[in-house]
Amino acid sequence: MISLSNIKKTYPGGTGRKTDGQVKALNGISFNVDKGELFGLIGPDGAGKTSLFRTLTTLILPDEGEATVDNYDIRKDYQQIRNRVGYMPGRFSLYQDLTVEENLNFFATVFGTTIKENYDLIKDIYQQIEPFKDRRAGKLSGGMKQKLALSCALIHKPSVLFLDEPTTGVDVVSRKEFWAMLKKLRQEGITILVSTPYMDEANLCDRIALIQKGDILSIDKPDNIVRSFPGQLYAVHASDTHRLLQDVRSFPGTATCFAFGDSLHVTFKDAPSGSNAPSGAATGSPGEPQALLQYLQARNHPDATVEKTGPTIEDCFIHLLKN
Amino acid sequence: MKQLLTFIRKEFLHVFRDRKTLLMLFGLPIAQIVLFGFALSNEVKNSRIAVTDYSKDPVTTQLIDKISSSSYFNIQRNLNSAQQIDAAFKKGDIRMAVIFPANFSTDLTHTGKATIQVIADASDPNLATTITNYITRIVGDFNTQSELSTGQPLQILPEVQMLYNPELKGAPNFVPGVMALVLMLVCTMMTSVAIVKEKELGTMEILLVSPFKPIYIIISKLTPNLLISVVNLFVILVLSALFLDLHVKGSTLLLIFCSILFILTSLSIGLLLSINAKTQQSAMMASLMGMMLPTMLLTGFLFPIENMPWPMQVLANLVPSRWYFIIVKRVMLKGMGFGAVWKETLILAGMCLALFAISLRRFKIRLQ
Repeated sequence: MISLSNIKKTYPGGTGRKTDGQVKALNGISFNVDKGELFGLIGPDGAGKTSLFRTLTTLILPDEGEATVDNYDIRKDYQQIRNRVGYMPGRFSLYQDLTVEENLNFFATVFGTTIKENYDLIKDIYQQIEPFKDRRAGKLSGGMKQKLALSCALIHKPSVLFLDEPTTGVDVVSRKEFWAMLKKLRQEGITILVSTPYMDEANLCDRIALIQKGDILSIDKPDNIVRSFPGQLYAVHASDTHRLLQDVRSFPGTATCFAFGDSLHVTFKDAPSGSNAPSGAATGSPGEPQALLQYLQARNHPDATVEKTGPTIEDCFIHLLKN
Repeated sequence: MKQLLTFIRKEFLHVFRDRKTLLMLFGLPIAQIVLFGFALSNEVKNSRIAVTDYSKDPVTTQLIDKISSSSYFNIQRNLNSAQQIDAAFKKGDIRMAVIFPANFSTDLTHTGKATIQVIADASDPNLATTITNYITRIVGDFNTQSELSTGQPLQILPEVQMLYNPELKGAPNFVPGVMALVLMLVCTMMTSVAIVKEKELGTMEILLVSPFKPIYIIISKLTPNLLISVVNLFVILVLSALFLDLHVKGSTLLLIFCSILFILTSLSIGLLLSINAKTQQSAMMASLMGMMLPTMLLTGFLFPIENMPWPMQVLANLVPSRWYFIIVKRVMLKGMGFGAVWKETLILAGMCLALFAISLRRFKIRLQ
């Protein structure tokens, strides 16, 4: 349904000169999305997600590479693609001075359809904002804005739906609802490409691509990505988290250490490097957790705990970034 | 078609929901009419005048020499008949005519008194007053000088006649000026934010990823502005008829036709600014700074263009309001028909088409 091969895009630098300060947004991106798939692009701000969306919606031309959407070439058949896809940009892009209903009506007409015709498709979403249909879009809450934007992007029954960070700036409850809607849309056979900076949303996709600085780090099902995490991960917890982070990092056996919620996620080095560390296995020395605990207690963390834990997508992402 | 209508309807909603801007759009012409009611005076140099000498004697030759040696006047050519003078006035070729009657010399030698006829185009009352004052003073000087040299008292009396606007009302001059200025500014400013606003709000991204064609976007953006401007035009015409007692002398239909052409030209300028601008603010500044000054200076409404150095005169030719000002003056004040303004109309039409074509070409179907 969507296929990219070696897409490259470089933006000219601020000085305007060709060689100065060029920004590589996309660095040879290739992947395929199947029909009816819910595909997630996961990456931090500035990873190239929006550039990728704009390339696929024909809003920008890539410097190199080929891409097709619904079998239409993004260069030659741009009008065909524009006629049939639904696109929800990252920034709220509806008319703030028009009411909810006026916005929806407008986009329905622009795409040559009516609200009535495709009401079934948007019913679940639109019903939630219908009580506010006479309210101006600018006065809606963040979650309702996104629901309206999704309704507007869906009103013409697109074959592919592009959602650029639809849940950024939306409260947790609305985010959950939003993802439930995407699952429903997938059942309608609509192919969905969605991007998000939130790692916890990655598990809700069929497949995900981890993207960073214009490069794809990994493409797989979320489960497989988590399963591919090498070694054992430990959660370290203590009341003084800030000092704990510094102390764990100063521990000689620590390979990686990141704050994760109210605890720290820690991996240990393969080979012993500190004098007090016994030799260990390839996946981190088994003696290290105990050594760390003692190390922490000696440094005035009486309530410190070190426990085994399962990796999340975020852990995998950080791991992939390190390598 | 339905798409286009919906889009146009949407644009109207934008306009009507933005009360402050709406107030400004309709308040501006009214404020201008009131403000420019106060006369503005200015020095006049090199006014084109005609001199007709039916007498051809030493005294008239001397007097004509004196007039032509002054820097105030630029004697165009000797127009020999009343019809020629009349035609020159209508075309705007001359500002004033000085006519020495055939019996000038005989009157002067026999009675010591003679009259010359001074006719001025008073559709610009300030200019007319100023130049007739100059001529009266030159003739007065001449009288005193000859008295001193010959000892004989001479009395040459200029008989001044004001054409088109005998009461020297200010309104006839400033109304066409205000029409040109207001329509130009309102149209360009309104339109200059139209496209760039969608870009800035991000809605352009969605509009581009849709079946909607660029030409439709442009037409939908221009339609409400065109309508508002036409309403403004009628407000100005009605205001000047009711309060300034200035009625359209020529064909109102012709005036409206030419005005719509001028409005379209100004809208196209705004469109071009909007398509090239990065932010609403820069578009607004460009239309205000870039249009306000040239329009004020180079329309010929505050400062006569013929007084300017030639580079400015060439530049003035590029300002659409300059041509519109001529059209309004001729049709509204002098009551002339299409035959008198076809050239200016054609220039406006050309400008309008060129600007619109450039805008359409420069409309970007992609971001960046």
